[in-house]
Amino acid sequence: MNPLYLLRRHWVWLAILVIMLAAPFLFYDWSRGRHSGFALTLMSEMALMAVFALSYNMLMGQAGLLSFGHAILFGIGAYFTAHTLNWVKANDIMWLPAELIPLAGGVGGLCCGIVAGYVATQQRSTAFAMITLGLGELFAAAALMFMTFFGGEGGITTNRVIHSSIFGVAYSSAWQVYCLLIAWSMFAAILMYLLTQTPLGRIANATRDNYERTQFVGYNPRVVRYWQFILAGFFAGIAGALYTLVYEIVTFDTLAAVKSANALLAAFIGGGGGFFGPILGAVVVVGLQSGVSLFTSAWLLYLGVLFIVMVMYAPGGLIGIIGLHAPIARMGRLGELMVPYLRALVPTVVGGAGFVAVVELATHRTIGAAQGKKLSLFAMPVDSSSLWPWAIAVVLAVAGALWLRAEGRQFRLRWNALIEDAKARGIGV
Amino acid sequence: MEVFVVSLLNGLVYGMLLFMLASGLTLIFSMMGVLNFAHASVYMLGAYFAYTISLYLGFWPALILAPILCGLLGAAIEMYGLRQVHRHGHIPELLFTFGLALIIEKVVQMTWGMVAVPYRIPDGLDFSLFTIYGTQFPAYRAFMLLISALMFAAIWLGLTRTRIGLIIQASLTHPDMVGALGHNVPRVFTIVFAAGTALAGLAGVIGGNYRVTEPGMAFSMGPIVFVVVVFGGLGSLTGCFIASIIMGLIQTFAVVLDYSLADLLELVGIVVTKATPGAEFLTVSLPRIGALLPFILLVLILVLRPRGLMGTRDT
Amino acid sequence: MRFGRTIISAVAAGFVAVAALAAQAQAQPTIKIAYTDPLSGPFAQTGDSNLKQMQYVIDYINAKGGALGRKFELVPFDNKSQPSDALIALKNATDQNMPFIMQCSGSNIAAALIEGVNKHNDRNPDNRIIYLNCGAVATELTNEQCSFWHFRFDLNVAQKAEVMVKALPKSTTKVYLLNQDYLFGQSVQRDVKKFLAKNRPDIQVVGDELIPLGKVQDFSPYITKIKASGAQALLTANWGPDMNLLIKAGIESGIDLAYYTFYAHLTGGATAIGPGGEGKVRSVMSFGENVAPAIGNAEAEAFTKGFRAKHNFDFAGAVYRTIFEHVAAAINKAGSVDPTKIAFAMEDQKMKDFLGYDTWMRKDDHQIMSAYYVGVFKKGVKYDAEGTGLGWEVAATILEPDVVQPTTCKMKRPRS
Repeated sequence: MNPLYLLRRHWVWLAILVIMLAAPFLFYDWSRGRHSGFALTLMSEMALMAVFALSYNMLMGQAGLLSFGHAILFGIGAYFTAHTLNWVKANDIMWLPAELIPLAGGVGGLCCGIVAGYVATQQRSTAFAMITLGLGELFAAAALMFMTFFGGEGGITTNRVIHSSIFGVAYSSAWQVYCLLIAWSMFAAILMYLLTQTPLGRIANATRDNYERTQFVGYNPRVVRYWQFILAGFFAGIAGALYTLVYEIVTFDTLAAVKSANALLAAFIGGGGGFFGPILGAVVVVGLQSGVSLFTSAWLLYLGVLFIVMVMYAPGGLIGIIGLHAPIARMGRLGELMVPYLRALVPTVVGGAGFVAVVELATHRTIGAAQGKKLSLFAMPVDSSSLWPWAIAVVLAVAGALWLRAEGRQFRLRWNALIEDAKARGIGV
Repeated sequence: MEVFVVSLLNGLVYGMLLFMLASGLTLIFSMMGVLNFAHASVYMLGAYFAYTISLYLGFWPALILAPILCGLLGAAIEMYGLRQVHRHGHIPELLFTFGLALIIEKVVQMTWGMVAVPYRIPDGLDFSLFTIYGTQFPAYRAFMLLISALMFAAIWLGLTRTRIGLIIQASLTHPDMVGALGHNVPRVFTIVFAAGTALAGLAGVIGGNYRVTEPGMAFSMGPIVFVVVVFGGLGSLTGCFIASIIMGLIQTFAVVLDYSLADLLELVGIVVTKATPGAEFLTVSLPRIGALLPFILLVLILVLRPRGLMGTRDT
Repeated sequence: MRFGRTIISAVAAGFVAVAALAAQAQAQPTIKIAYTDPLSGPFAQTGDSNLKQMQYVIDYINAKGGALGRKFELVPFDNKSQPSDALIALKNATDQNMPFIMQCSGSNIAAALIEGVNKHNDRNPDNRIIYLNCGAVATELTNEQCSFWHFRFDLNVAQKAEVMVKALPKSTTKVYLLNQDYLFGQSVQRDVKKFLAKNRPDIQVVGDELIPLGKVQDFSPYITKIKASGAQALLTANWGPDMNLLIKAGIESGIDLAYYTFYAHLTGGATAIGPGGEGKVRSVMSFGENVAPAIGNAEAEAFTKGFRAKHNFDFAGAVYRTIFEHVAAAINKAGSVDPTKIAFAMEDQKMKDFLGYDTWMRKDDHQIMSAYYVGVFKKGVKYDAEGTGLGWEVAATILEPDVVQPTTCKMKRPRS
């Protein structure tokens, strides 16, 4: 295998690495000569959520198991890491380098996977989902009740500066931790990718697609599920460990339902079908949660709408949408979609602006106004108590939607023609 | 004795409240296979609708109107949302309702504000029905018992004794055959979903003023309703009923029975002190985990009997 | 069509971002205070009502000239009740060199912030930040976990417990404790018992219960148990639905019981309790609107009235004024907005609050000592709560010297 071939086949990995390394410099504060702590933390959160979502997808996308309690693996991994860090710090243990600390989280997640997985993987489908829901609730409640391991409400605090690094790095600055995070998340992601290529990964797909036939072939789906759960636990634990390194505190929130829901949202919005979908999804979800929430308290509504739109119109997720273009791209006729896309973009922007305006006006009426905020939409100050902004916003939203519908029909015609063409030329769809 | 009788009554009332919520979900879940995450959100909407209507028309019209509104909303959701998603399979359906729950919560906050609204028990029902061992039994609880008993009877009779009920049951197992006989199967699903959400709305009207009407009420009620439905078993109204009562009684009696594993060990001669390994875990008393028992039971029953208590097929 | 619709949301998100960026662009030399609490999700109401009250107080302080001629500006960050998001907010604040971060609800988040602020200030001596705690009350935060950078402006659990015990009438001899099963509830349970033994040895604790946080849907069984125990008073630090449903169930069953709470006076409590709670429910509170008329302080009354006129809801957070007055005074004393200097200036700072009572920011542990009140839910008060017709009448006032308790804090101060 020559390097060029590898590069052509696996360029996505290289692209991810480059983006991860370069992106913080977009937010670099040149005047003060320091990184933006917010941007670094946000990107660290994206990276660790990506690992978590990928691990979630080992169950959802690859084995067809919908879990509502995946965060218990993440949380236990995080607690393990925090205790390990504190133990290393207290006893000045030099043989465990700081770089290998995330393994502790992995082991924690693995152990938790062995225990919880044994119970959960007895069943599949909805029963599996409900067992994980129950386990999730139980673990979260236990984390608040038992002080010794979970530290109660205040959680376990720790310090990542342990001076046992192989490279002599202290990991005190956010940038150093971010670099460590890149290395570990890439490593975990590549391992998970390789896992999909193993017989276990393939059989997991088979149990998802046709569970009865897999049995006939001679595999025990329960064992497959169990293995997949344990391995997912390992990677979720690593994600939890990375969380500990970034925030240096682990509280019960790490294993609560919200965290599980986030993994589900990320994996689904990104797309569970392809391998890279959850990474994309994690970026979008964290971006919405921590980025957009800076600007509007209605971010949950936008997330909900995005999610519903995805479920209804693009169940393959973002990665699925991109994948649909593959045959057209292979024909080399992607350019022909340019004009239809642009024509669809205009009403999308109009309708989107109208919708956002309506939501923001409503939020401002009920919540924002009293906080003394002045509403400004699209850089214009707006008075939410007068009728005009409402009228304009509603007209924009409705007109945009209707226009988009008309434009969508045109788009679909063009699209279908191209796909037919691709089929005719024997390019797989 | 005193505590036993009162607890029995408490457990029964709580179980019936659970049943009110769960009956709609079990209808949707067993008929359409959709685990509706937005069910508790519709329950919340029912309470808020009832509050607004009762401001203008009073409680009794609200009791009728709010569930109808919720039912219409449910029908719209089914026709314009779920039906589209149905093609993609059960998991996207479930996720669709999950997204819906997020949206409903935010919309409620935007419409009625974030603070609890003063939705109160109507004056006509705000008195003590009888006093048992010095504890009053409010008339409204009796009213709740009555409504949920009526609900159980109505659903059961509707499904087994009416023509539409038979068609609904048939469309479940043999949708193609029912369609071939000239029935509009998608319409049947819409009706089922609308009926389920209307029941949730009714539970909201009744539960909203019995408890507190606030934007967090869906969030707090959601999980326990799932537990009841799954525990009771897919496709079994009776199972759902029994599960509700069991859950009500278990949680009620767990509060009264002040024992822990340490007490149990003491019976066989092992005394747990602070130094015993796992003492923190062993000394947890039953009342402390009473509210968690349903989840423990859920996990146990699904592991041992995946179809639930009285389910007719695997979940 | 399929793609068109999916794009909508992405574009929408972008628009919101652009819209709000423009709003941020106005640059003025204000003193920025980052404020982080849940502003979305199930606990949004807490952050939302705090924000409104603080904004009112800040407007007032600014109208009086702010500090060093500069005005204060509150910059809200939604932490969604997640410690990780609170830490992201902290990063955001330090990126913009804000001298203060403020947070009110949740000791899990407070613990995360104290640790985060400590580490940040150690690692970045040129860009420090002070954490103003306006309501996370776990006693540990000013004892074992105390920090030079953390200033708490609400009484801690142990102090509140003592106030509660002091408010128990002589005739009460049997009490029942019911708390939420997590750090906060457990420490209330421990402290209340400690002060009962110390101050009121005649009182017998007939029941002591912990319930899982936010999981109990029906409190009737607990009421049955309380009744069977023969308790005269129920002492609880429950908040949210756990408190509302508990009191509701108790009132409904008609048992003769007095309720002593920490949080019944906060937003939503009065609505949930309703007229049935008349004269039965008491709350340990930092302020109530009926305090000012009770002591005949017309100026303070006008101040609280102004908030009602503007927002039409209860002004439980008028004591936030104490926070900003302390901060403004410390800034003026330090002569700059350098957090280290401000922190030193704030230590042992003594001021009168707007009601005329003494307040003291103790140097040893950075815990405020201020007057505290016990309110009883009654008809016929001057300012009713949440339009219920009932309000919190001041039943007891505990002054600053009486809330002082010893601390175990070993404060580490920076050399510069």
